[in-house]
Amino acid sequence: MSTRLTTGGRLIDRSAPRSFTFDGRQMRGYAGDTIASALLANGQLVMGRSFKYHRPRSVVASGPEEPNALLSVGEAGRFTPNARATDVPLIDGMTARSQNAWPSLAFDIGQINDVAARLLPAGFYYKTFMHPRPLWKHLFEPFIRKAAGLGPAPTEPDADRYEFRYAFCDVLVVGGGIAGLTAALGAAEQGARVILVERSSHWGGRAPVDGVTLDGQDASVWVKNAIQRLDTYDNVTLVQNCEGSGVYDHGYVLCTERLQAQGPRERVWRIRADRVITATGALERPLSFAGNDVPGVLLASALRDYVVNYGVSVGDRTVIVTNNDDAYRTAKVLVDAGLRVPAILDARPDPDSALIRYIKDLGVTVHTGRGIAKVLGRDRVRGVAVCLQAGEGAVMQEIACDCVAMSGGWSPVVHLWSHCGGKLWWDADRAMFRPDPERPPLGADGQGFVTAVGAASGALTPQEVLNDAAQAVGATAASCETVVEAPILPVWVMPQGANRQLRAKMWLDYQNDVKVSDVRLAAQEGFESVEHAKRYTTLGMATDQGKLSNINGLAVLSDRLDTAIPDVGTTTFRPPYTPVTIGALGGEARGSLFQPLRRTPIHDWHEARGAYMEPVGQWRRPYCYPQGHETHAEAVAREVRATRSSLGMLDASTLGKILVRGPDAGRFLDMLYTNKMSTLKPGRCRYGLMCDENGFLMDDGVVARIDDQTWLCHTTTGGADHIHGWMEDWLQCEWWDWQVHTVNLTEQFAQIAVVGPKARAVLETLGGMDVSADALPFMGWADGTLGGFQVRVFRISFSGELSYEIALTAGQGQALWDALWEAGQAHDVTPYGTEALHVLRAEKGFIMIGDETDGTVVPQDLGLDWAISKVKDDYLGKRGQERVAFHKPDRWKLVGLETLDGSVLEEGAYAIGEGTNANGQTRTEGRVTSTYYSPTLDRGIAMGLVARGPDRMGDVLRFTRIGQGPVEARIVSPVFYDPEGEKQNV
Amino acid sequence: MSDVRIDRVDALGMITLRGAVEVLAPTVESVLGLDLPDQRLMVTAGGRAVLWMSPDEFLVICDHSDAPELAARAMAALDGQFATVAVVSDARAVFDLQGGDPQAVLSKLAPVDFAALADAEVRRTRLAQVPAAFWRHADGYRLVCFRSVAVYVQELLENAAA
Repeated sequence: MSTRLTTGGRLIDRSAPRSFTFDGRQMRGYAGDTIASALLANGQLVMGRSFKYHRPRSVVASGPEEPNALLSVGEAGRFTPNARATDVPLIDGMTARSQNAWPSLAFDIGQINDVAARLLPAGFYYKTFMHPRPLWKHLFEPFIRKAAGLGPAPTEPDADRYEFRYAFCDVLVVGGGIAGLTAALGAAEQGARVILVERSSHWGGRAPVDGVTLDGQDASVWVKNAIQRLDTYDNVTLVQNCEGSGVYDHGYVLCTERLQAQGPRERVWRIRADRVITATGALERPLSFAGNDVPGVLLASALRDYVVNYGVSVGDRTVIVTNNDDAYRTAKVLVDAGLRVPAILDARPDPDSALIRYIKDLGVTVHTGRGIAKVLGRDRVRGVAVCLQAGEGAVMQEIACDCVAMSGGWSPVVHLWSHCGGKLWWDADRAMFRPDPERPPLGADGQGFVTAVGAASGALTPQEVLNDAAQAVGATAASCETVVEAPILPVWVMPQGANRQLRAKMWLDYQNDVKVSDVRLAAQEGFESVEHAKRYTTLGMATDQGKLSNINGLAVLSDRLDTAIPDVGTTTFRPPYTPVTIGALGGEARGSLFQPLRRTPIHDWHEARGAYMEPVGQWRRPYCYPQGHETHAEAVAREVRATRSSLGMLDASTLGKILVRGPDAGRFLDMLYTNKMSTLKPGRCRYGLMCDENGFLMDDGVVARIDDQTWLCHTTTGGADHIHGWMEDWLQCEWWDWQVHTVNLTEQFAQIAVVGPKARAVLETLGGMDVSADALPFMGWADGTLGGFQVRVFRISFSGELSYEIALTAGQGQALWDALWEAGQAHDVTPYGTEALHVLRAEKGFIMIGDETDGTVVPQDLGLDWAISKVKDDYLGKRGQERVAFHKPDRWKLVGLETLDGSVLEEGAYAIGEGTNANGQTRTEGRVTSTYYSPTLDRGIAMGLVARGPDRMGDVLRFTRIGQGPVEARIVSPVFYDPEGEKQNV
Repeated sequence: MSDVRIDRVDALGMITLRGAVEVLAPTVESVLGLDLPDQRLMVTAGGRAVLWMSPDEFLVICDHSDAPELAARAMAALDGQFATVAVVSDARAVFDLQGGDPQAVLSKLAPVDFAALADAEVRRTRLAQVPAAFWRHADGYRLVCFRSVAVYVQELLENAAA
């Protein structure tokens, strides 16, 4: 039975009890507990079921490397799956649930997979469910996903909010153990701006647990003093509960802070550091013996943590199995706590050190050259069968126990060092991959910007740790006792000659259920690269990313391949160090802050009017203004009819407006537009097309010449920023000696289109300037006042009707709109939205960027040859448009389309051609680009691109319909309404 | 909870000036009585200011009602030279962050090293997902963004200050 000890537990507060539930059962813990320590204290050893074989599992670790104890924590909007029980602080009232067990944690029907494990080797799923392919998607995958799994995804919106914090420093120290504290103190004393982050809620790392003495003080006292000293520096920021998640180029580091107080739940620190010091410690490795996953088998250091930090024991009788000295510290801790250690099984033939002698003197039996043949017990440890490490697993004796503490040596946490390219070297004496100081991650200046210190760099003894950290910042290390340990004996399989049956019960990757036998099978089947073996076996691919399993796994692989461990190498360490929630990574961007919405000066009026808004880029524009029970289609039809018959108003403020000015402005615009803008007279407007270098049509709009050196270019709504950037790109990079300025004035002006036969009348009602046909002819513009507003009126039309677009400063936009609205009442003024705008322009055969164009269409395809200058030497896209492909006679070109039955063609419908292509697909000979119901003509109208379209007027084509037979449509002129243009020119 | 007050500032005038420093300097001196600021800085006097925007762009801050007339005078003074003057008052939204710790609020939204910021520095940056600029003003900061995203920016600031 795991239980709470009557004394001890330096991190818990026995005066502050906390209650929580696990799988619905009430349990009690203390403030300072993790869920893992609280569960152990309540006798709850089994915390989950394994991924593939559904074996019962308990904690094997005490920190971020924990692979087994993944729980679903919290409820409703705060539900979090896959939380490591060892990493989640216990909060009063918390609910926790086990995962991957059905019907219950104690009896899981999936255990059948364990019995059948022989039938489920590595690659089983790949091999078995390849054929027939459709079954994979519909039968195998859903079933396997249900049986194998982690916690369920949350179903409710996240109840919390999150934030970022941008920070800058000279030195970022990751890890608040004695190494990190030493480095931070040294850097702070030199005046550097220091940020020190520590992933747990206490400082000092392992030193207080391991009984280290520094400067003659107990480690916990030394740590407390160090923090007090750091607190006195203004140039130091200390952050607890904050993990170094990832290191990126240019000293960019993401740290994730867990917050406890009111407010955001997590904070992602986005830090720019000149230098990063990783003092992230080391992780103990398990040993690979049969049954090393049985609940009650755990890392020796983790067991020490549970006893010292939380006053929790996992069992009364603990057998310790090790290949190094460190596990002997666990024996001391256990004996000190009054618990029994029946035996230490040391795989080394003849180890000797002061520590070993000390433990022997305590009366603990040490068997050298021995290992565990197998663990006895299934749901929990009942004992161990002892064997010779050098042998094949013949059982020499059985020792009854209820806990096994194992230590296979230590692996430095090199993740942050490696994220940005730091290289490792294999230290055969210590049996570990260590950061190679000669090959650090390089910054923009070619110098290394990450330094690993302490256990993270491979230091083993406290003195080595402190010297290493102090040296990194040019400081003096605290003094501490010299510890000499006996050398480690690398042990990758226990016993070394274990047979197949034993190997099939030696777990490497607990979370993904990968065993020694699986890795050997992968090697046997030719997956010799460590990256291939990883993917084939899924070793290290679980949520713990192989923190415990990678080194053991690649050692087994190297043994099977008869190559040296450094030649096999490691898999790639990628951020984040432990999983980061999507919520944290999203920061403040959720709800109304998910994405910026751009609002015109008249936006509120549209909303108050009940407009149905649609996104146009980041803008929201009225699509239509439904009245009463009107459908959107009915509203659009009404708006079109009202505009054609009397008066419509459109908020055109989103149009791009770019001022282009300078002695070379005319020459510049002649290069940008396909037609000639330099010949435009002041006071006049001209429609223009812009193409990219390949000749494809990119943007269009009306250009107005303001004065000798000044033009105002209107762009599409979505194109404003891009076209401004495009202009600056050419000016700054290619034509840097041309004297041209551009200013993006898009948001300076509101723009209101007043459209329809009564447009002039309503402007004259407001009065102030002459808007007659003589004073302000079609395609002219004028400055003046209307109803007391300073305005610039453009007489341009995108509807085919008499139309004025009135621009004025944005702050006045709503007031002018109101005035026009008021004056328009006499003419039954109707606001219209983007859909009516589309119908009006389609009836006139005007193209729309993004409908008729898609990045593969040149202006010539759209019959816009009239807008392409024949006399200019050059313009952007001219050369591209001369390519042969654009001049083939069967090129798809713009035509109008009218269904024979008057129905509306489907969006994007294809014209069905003759026969089939090389792939056996029906040939097509055209497609619909715009299609609408025309209220004006009371029938469907469409534009489309059709092979040799303009040469085939009157031909009838068949167009696809989804779920129905094709529909016939006749090729006609794209101008359906007022082909002579009489209406707009009155 | 933060004590930072976030107030929308109306009636601030802005004029964009584009041109070489030697072309613009005499005009800014004669029309506004101000020197041109050095790179990244601003020059303030008599309730008006000139902000460095780029090697050939400056932003004049003045009263909203003064902007058209000042712009016209600047344009007249620059006649015949390669320079551009444009009133942009209405293209912008302005917020003041006063009281409490406005740096803490901005640090959540903008990748700015405040310790490296000069007193008279104008920081053009981004605020979450939109462009913005700010500078020290009174005891806090004055922040400018585009008009169309004023609602978004106000919510961002209030959320960060909450």
